[in-house]
Amino acid sequence: MTRLTIPKTYKLYIGGKFPRSESGRSYEVRAADGAFLANASLASRKDARDAVVAARAAVSGWAGATAYNRGQVLYRVAEVLEGRREQFAQEIAASEGVSVADARRQVDAAIDTWVWYAGWADKFVQVAGAGNPVAGPFFNLSVPEPTGVVAVVAPQGEASLLGLVRVVAPALVAGNAVVVVPDEAHPLSAISLAEVLATSDLPGGVVNVLTGSPAELAPWLASHADVNALDLAGAGQLEWVDLDISAADTLKRVLRPEPGVPAASLDRVLAYTETKTVWHTKSLI
Amino acid sequence: MKDIQPSGRGFLDYAPAPESTAILHLRDSYGLFIDGEFRDGRGGSFATISPATEKRIAEIAIASDADVDDAVAAARRAHSTVWSKLSGADRGKYLFRIARLVQERARELAVAESLDNGKPIKESRDTDVPLVAAWFFYYAGWADKLDYAGLGANPRALGVAAQVIPWNFPLLMLAWKIAPALAAGNTVVLKPAETTSLSALLFAEILQQADLPAGVVNIVTGTGATGAALVRHPDVDKVAFTGSTAVGREIAKAVAGTHKKVTLELGGKAANIVFDDAPIDQAVEGIVNGIFFNQGHVCCAGSRLLVQESIHDEVVDRLKQRLTTLRLGDPLDKNTDIGAINSAEQLERIRTLSDLGEQEGAERWTAPCEIPENGFWFAPTIFTNVQTSSTIAREEIFGPVLSVLTFRTPAEAIAKANNTPYGLSAGIWSDKGSKILAVADKLRAGVIWANTFNRFDPASPFGGYKESGYGREGGRHGLSAYLQPGRVEVAEEPAKRRSGAGRVEVAEEPAKRASRSRRPAKKGESK
Repeated sequence: MTRLTIPKTYKLYIGGKFPRSESGRSYEVRAADGAFLANASLASRKDARDAVVAARAAVSGWAGATAYNRGQVLYRVAEVLEGRREQFAQEIAASEGVSVADARRQVDAAIDTWVWYAGWADKFVQVAGAGNPVAGPFFNLSVPEPTGVVAVVAPQGEASLLGLVRVVAPALVAGNAVVVVPDEAHPLSAISLAEVLATSDLPGGVVNVLTGSPAELAPWLASHADVNALDLAGAGQLEWVDLDISAADTLKRVLRPEPGVPAASLDRVLAYTETKTVWHTKSLI
Repeated sequence: MKDIQPSGRGFLDYAPAPESTAILHLRDSYGLFIDGEFRDGRGGSFATISPATEKRIAEIAIASDADVDDAVAAARRAHSTVWSKLSGADRGKYLFRIARLVQERARELAVAESLDNGKPIKESRDTDVPLVAAWFFYYAGWADKLDYAGLGANPRALGVAAQVIPWNFPLLMLAWKIAPALAAGNTVVLKPAETTSLSALLFAEILQQADLPAGVVNIVTGTGATGAALVRHPDVDKVAFTGSTAVGREIAKAVAGTHKKVTLELGGKAANIVFDDAPIDQAVEGIVNGIFFNQGHVCCAGSRLLVQESIHDEVVDRLKQRLTTLRLGDPLDKNTDIGAINSAEQLERIRTLSDLGEQEGAERWTAPCEIPENGFWFAPTIFTNVQTSSTIAREEIFGPVLSVLTFRTPAEAIAKANNTPYGLSAGIWSDKGSKILAVADKLRAGVIWANTFNRFDPASPFGGYKESGYGREGGRHGLSAYLQPGRVEVAEEPAKRRSGAGRVEVAEEPAKRASRSRRPAKKGESK
């Protein structure tokens, strides 16, 4: 006799917990062949606001962790993901309709992305910072610091896991907290990734995942006064210029839409940083 | 304390020592500087006045939309035919020339600046103009070293830069904008502030003396409408703005969805934190410099004094005593500490906000000084008993008005300092180095001064967090704001992206500096 499987309930990931949408809404996720896969939570405006609150609360702890510690946590994500490689491959193959071999390659690329960004955590400050030779008796240093809370529309309709990792991982390197809306049509790997994050020593609230409609959620995130940066990577199909205009009200840092899956790049790390320059007075001796 | 008398009496009674305006050879009217020469504006004109006397200095042209079109076209032409073809070394030589010409004509520029802006001559002479020369000298040396700017090999200029600057440091803000833009290989259309166009027009004469190729720098004077037309112009590639957060928001909206790169340097409400272990003498001087330098017309001014409760009374007493010795008056007088407020409009704003401070329960103290009959003046003012919720503790006043608040612990100081949508600058006063480092770490501001304030240097990046804007000016960071990565051949890109069913990216050697299309396009450049 074959064993009856236990399907997973896919919920949101907010503040380190897995709540359903406060709205009680969900939406059907179907495989490429039309088979029913799951009911994903359909996040609401209130969920988005809760996620921003959780992200804000998490910033100081994550940004305040040592660079070495952040690097180890990001590497730990790669380790845990590696251990669940096959689960992700099956999930992605079913959802996206790609071969299991292609899905494995996607998972591998995602794992390698975590490793690559993990290594940046204790290096980007040296690359982007500066000791400044000012004309006076001052010790003057510029260092990049995290921008704060970053809201992200992940790539849509592309490799769902890799697209998500390519936008979330770089934001975490400097110590930002993230609220991300993953691929609407293929949200399952995002929630499975949240399970990985939850068991990788990443503090609760540092990443918050809102499955649902980017068209519905993005305007609330773009206008939210406690969001510091807006990544529109996957918003190319939305009215993204309106989002850009809305973000201007609070002078958010805005990354514009990109086709496909963004490349792994230091620019994505630095895009979520602010340069702080400190002048220390030297005494006369 | 009693032996120090109000200014104008006793041993502090100085004879007037005005700088002569004979060094100036001003024209009666100035046109627009487009394509290497002055030409009439088509939008009418206005008189620029001295805010200290309200007397007319000269007639300034107003650029119409068509004039802005012409200026952008001249900049585009100069970029594609001349400036982009010059070697970096030659671009640098022009900038070195400009630096030297500014030094040669330093006194003249300082007098013009103080006349038109109202700032004390000792500041324009000792701060503004020397920094202008330093800025050009610093960026001149970058022009042939762009490979080291942090964007990989062969970075490229953006093209035409539209630059709009404020009235508080007219010539210095011009230098902050033009020097890095030209070093990086861009051409420029610059719009000076309406009330302070004069020094920019003298600077145009310097460009002629430097024989800078026509169209590389164009200067269009006028009102806010001229600036709006410039930043909205479809053929500009870069927008750089320094000014109020309100206007910055409008500009961010205007460029939303375009290809333009933007840097915004906006308002501030800086906390100047004085701990009880601070060197009090220096701290008092630093507080005065922080808020009364340039009549408080400074975006990074230390307008919120956070003083540790145990030393509040002592600090406030000594501040009042010190302010009593400041001399307010003729900006051209070498003894003047506090000059004129830049415009009637700004004076009105300062008065309104100060009155509001009183109405909301803060205690007002004004330095005893004589106010000249004509012109726009506001005596140095301190508010004590200010609540964090008070309007004068939240809104930028942009005048010689200090709000004093207290704290008990470093944690409280940090929380209060960060309790603002702005994040431009902050000051820390303490003799304990480890405390300074810890507090500096926690302050959300782009520039932090420890046991000093209002220091500027071309090698030091300057710019804000949060609603104080984005991007940095100064240093390598300020240079990269005018550059984009060089073109990378496709062969270097190992990433294979398949479209359609097998959407997969192979694990790639993650990008070096990727080609332009793969670099995330960020509006502000905060490298």
